[in-house]
Amino acid sequence: MTDHQMPSPAHAPMRSPLGRAIGLGSAKEGVTHWWRQRVSALALVPLTLWFVIAVIALVGADHAAFVTWVRSPMPAVFLILLLVASFYHTALGLQVIIEDYIHGEVMRLAALLLMRLLCVLFAVRGILAVLKMALGA
Amino acid sequence: MSPAERPLSPHLQVYRWQLTSVMSILHRATGVALSLGTILLVWWLGAASDGPEPYAAVQHFLGSWIGLLLLFGWSVALFYHLCNGLRHLWWDIGRGLELSSVYGGGWAVLASTAALTIVSWAVGLSHWAH
Repeated sequence: MTDHQMPSPAHAPMRSPLGRAIGLGSAKEGVTHWWRQRVSALALVPLTLWFVIAVIALVGADHAAFVTWVRSPMPAVFLILLLVASFYHTALGLQVIIEDYIHGEVMRLAALLLMRLLCVLFAVRGILAVLKMALGA
Repeated sequence: MSPAERPLSPHLQVYRWQLTSVMSILHRATGVALSLGTILLVWWLGAASDGPEPYAAVQHFLGSWIGLLLLFGWSVALFYHLCNGLRHLWWDIGRGLELSSVYGGGWAVLASTAALTIVSWAVGLSHWAH
């Protein structure tokens, strides 16, 4: 008799009704990470396409033309959204890679913290640059 | 047999590569490459906000052979990750999971990546020449 022919006790739910309703599973965060990765991916589809077209249009632009473009003013808004969505999506993706390949508890935590720190650092640096151009005299 | 002597799976010396697994690995690899590419974007924006001289220095670097090679790699990684990401989102809503669709979508992603890269660079370079 194989496993799938076993009578009903083998099919008894392993999780309590409460655990099933809360839906967080063994990782204690349910589908939160997965869902955030998908939502940020979806946001990045139009932002990325806009950015690629903008960069191609900006080929050969001098500094004055570039700053004028940033201030025009939607590009500043889209650039900030692009930076936020990019680094958020990057942090989520790199987190999975770090969790997959770094097995030592201390090293994994250190790598995760360093990666998060760098993502926030670069995102803030980029946003500040855009704001400086958009709001500068 | 002790755990150390067990063959690894996949056993890379005799592993027959498939489109699906290669594309999965490439999705992760291009994701890592784009993480670095996004730092390039911040560097570019930072230089532009610092003034004409730093901006001109970045533009000069990006116009060099190394800069153009980096930009080309960035564009290929971006278009691949974008197209394959849409393929993943399509799977995530439960569509296209038959083996034929998985392979068809895979080839479509590779063709789209090539097409988007070629069109972008053709338009960009002709723009640059003028």
